[in-house]
Amino acid sequence: MIFNKNLKNLLLVIFTTLLLSACSTAKKTGSAGDDAYTGKETVKYLASGVPDRVFFATNKSSLTTASRATLRKQATYLRKNKKLNVTIEGHADERGTREYNLALGERRANAARDYLMTYGISGKRISVISYGKEKPVNAASTPLAWSQNRRSVTVKVN
Amino acid sequence: MKNFLLIFLFNLILLNKSYALIEVDITRGNLDPLPIAVSPLHVDIKSENSKDMKIKELGNNISEIIEKNFRSTGLFNPLKKEAFVQKPDIAHLKPRFEDWRLIKAQALVTGKLLIKDEKLKVEFRLWDLAASKEMTALAFTTTPSNWRRVAHIISDKIYERLTGEQGYFDTRIIYVAESGPKSQRIKKLAIMDQDGAKTKYLTLGNELVLTPRFNPTNQMVTYMSYFRNMPRVYLLDIETGTQEVVGNFPGMTFAPRFSPDGKKIVMSFAKDGNSDIFTMNLETRVVERITNHSSIDTSPSFSPDGKFIAFNSDRSGLQQIYVMRSDGSGVKRITFGNGIYGTPVWSPRGDLIAFTKMRKGKFYIGVMRTDGTGERLLTENYYQEAPSWSPNGRVIVFYRETKAGAKGEGFTAKLWSIDITGYNERQLKTETDASDPSWSSLLSK
Repeated sequence: MIFNKNLKNLLLVIFTTLLLSACSTAKKTGSAGDDAYTGKETVKYLASGVPDRVFFATNKSSLTTASRATLRKQATYLRKNKKLNVTIEGHADERGTREYNLALGERRANAARDYLMTYGISGKRISVISYGKEKPVNAASTPLAWSQNRRSVTVKVN
Repeated sequence: MKNFLLIFLFNLILLNKSYALIEVDITRGNLDPLPIAVSPLHVDIKSENSKDMKIKELGNNISEIIEKNFRSTGLFNPLKKEAFVQKPDIAHLKPRFEDWRLIKAQALVTGKLLIKDEKLKVEFRLWDLAASKEMTALAFTTTPSNWRRVAHIISDKIYERLTGEQGYFDTRIIYVAESGPKSQRIKKLAIMDQDGAKTKYLTLGNELVLTPRFNPTNQMVTYMSYFRNMPRVYLLDIETGTQEVVGNFPGMTFAPRFSPDGKKIVMSFAKDGNSDIFTMNLETRVVERITNHSSIDTSPSFSPDGKFIAFNSDRSGLQQIYVMRSDGSGVKRITFGNGIYGTPVWSPRGDLIAFTKMRKGKFYIGVMRTDGTGERLLTENYYQEAPSWSPNGRVIVFYRETKAGAKGEGFTAKLWSIDITGYNERQLKTETDASDPSWSSLLSK
């Protein structure tokens, strides 16, 4: 009986541990699009059908499925326009410390750049600059505005 | 033996002298501030007119600055001048202690000044009214245009005598002056006296500037600028206005801060999306890598002995505070509480680290011991960050932003200060909106 109870406890512990570790991995690797913006407001176009920006989840720099699709369109466009160079601007929302956000913007811009490079665009054609939270596109203090501000924007330089 | 006796005697005299009946309890938030009377300084009738100065009002103006300084500490209660019982010149010679005690004053400041040959001579005395004796006295000479600093230096001397701590009034604050709508902010470097006077703008606002920080040993400043759209750390001499890029980095450098000896700048450098911490020696120009990790490492701050660096990193997943030796070895995470932690800033006393904490949509300024224990949150708000210490480690200045409406309206950014006890939170008056404050060391050291 006592043995049984101990066994039960042990199983319970093992089960909880498994559950907890499952949770923590889910948190780390789970879909990058937790609260990334998916709408079309604020979006501009490099050319018809080629959106200029992709959006990120809070504190994340991983690309969502939608972001990847957008960047593939940008890559196709850049392959067709071989003389065109771009700057990717990385941005963060206002709900983080200024210095960390500068680093986060840099990381986001580079995530977009890396993806373009895997689709055959030379790194020499793509410069990056981070503005951290300094240039919000939507000045409101709402979750919607923050999601529109967590972005990387591909800008033509020539 | 003779020497020993001499030292002993000397000690005895010193002890005797430093013994005072009144003192200010600074170990807790002072809910019972010390009533102090600051008499206008007596202006010697032999004073000559100095250009652009109203000599007659000078004694009064100086005493008002002293009062304002004292009130801002929360530790003193400067009494109204209407109740004063003696003329400044007579009180300065020898106050009638019993009369001043009647208006409930416990300490009295008196002084006089003389302007002659373009020199301002000032003397002041601090009186212990309970013990009926002089506590401290000092005289000095300076140029008349320095009269505000005179008031701050007197404030520092009295503060030191009454609290036993170093003063912090003869100091300046550098910050970022903000104007324009929220999505198109214009930012300029600005500097002012600690009490908000003498604001001066150091850049024109043509390019974005961020995070100015004082060198603790002189009046040099390091900050970040987007000059020519290249975000880099700069060094600025605020006396001459000369500035230069720090180091020759191929990408963004940011989050600069001086080492305590003022000889190095520690900062972040971002390469291929990853930010690590580097130092540059300003004399030898030698650049050293301090961290090498695939996470974001930023907001570095030296301990006052120069042996350690606190920084924030998201290597655990979210922003937390870490401490390492200044060569980058022995990295240790020190924050484990609920929430995200950033902007660690080591107290000039060495015993505490100030930080920003984010939790459940709120932002806090707090302090903790350097091993992460003893966390105390001093203030909670919608958004605030960037703590900077007064040079005596007593007060923290930071900036606070308000929630904006649908079009960004109602947005403000202001400087605030708070005592490390968590009491005495107050807004610092600035001509414009303001952020990223950095407190200088004492100008007269």
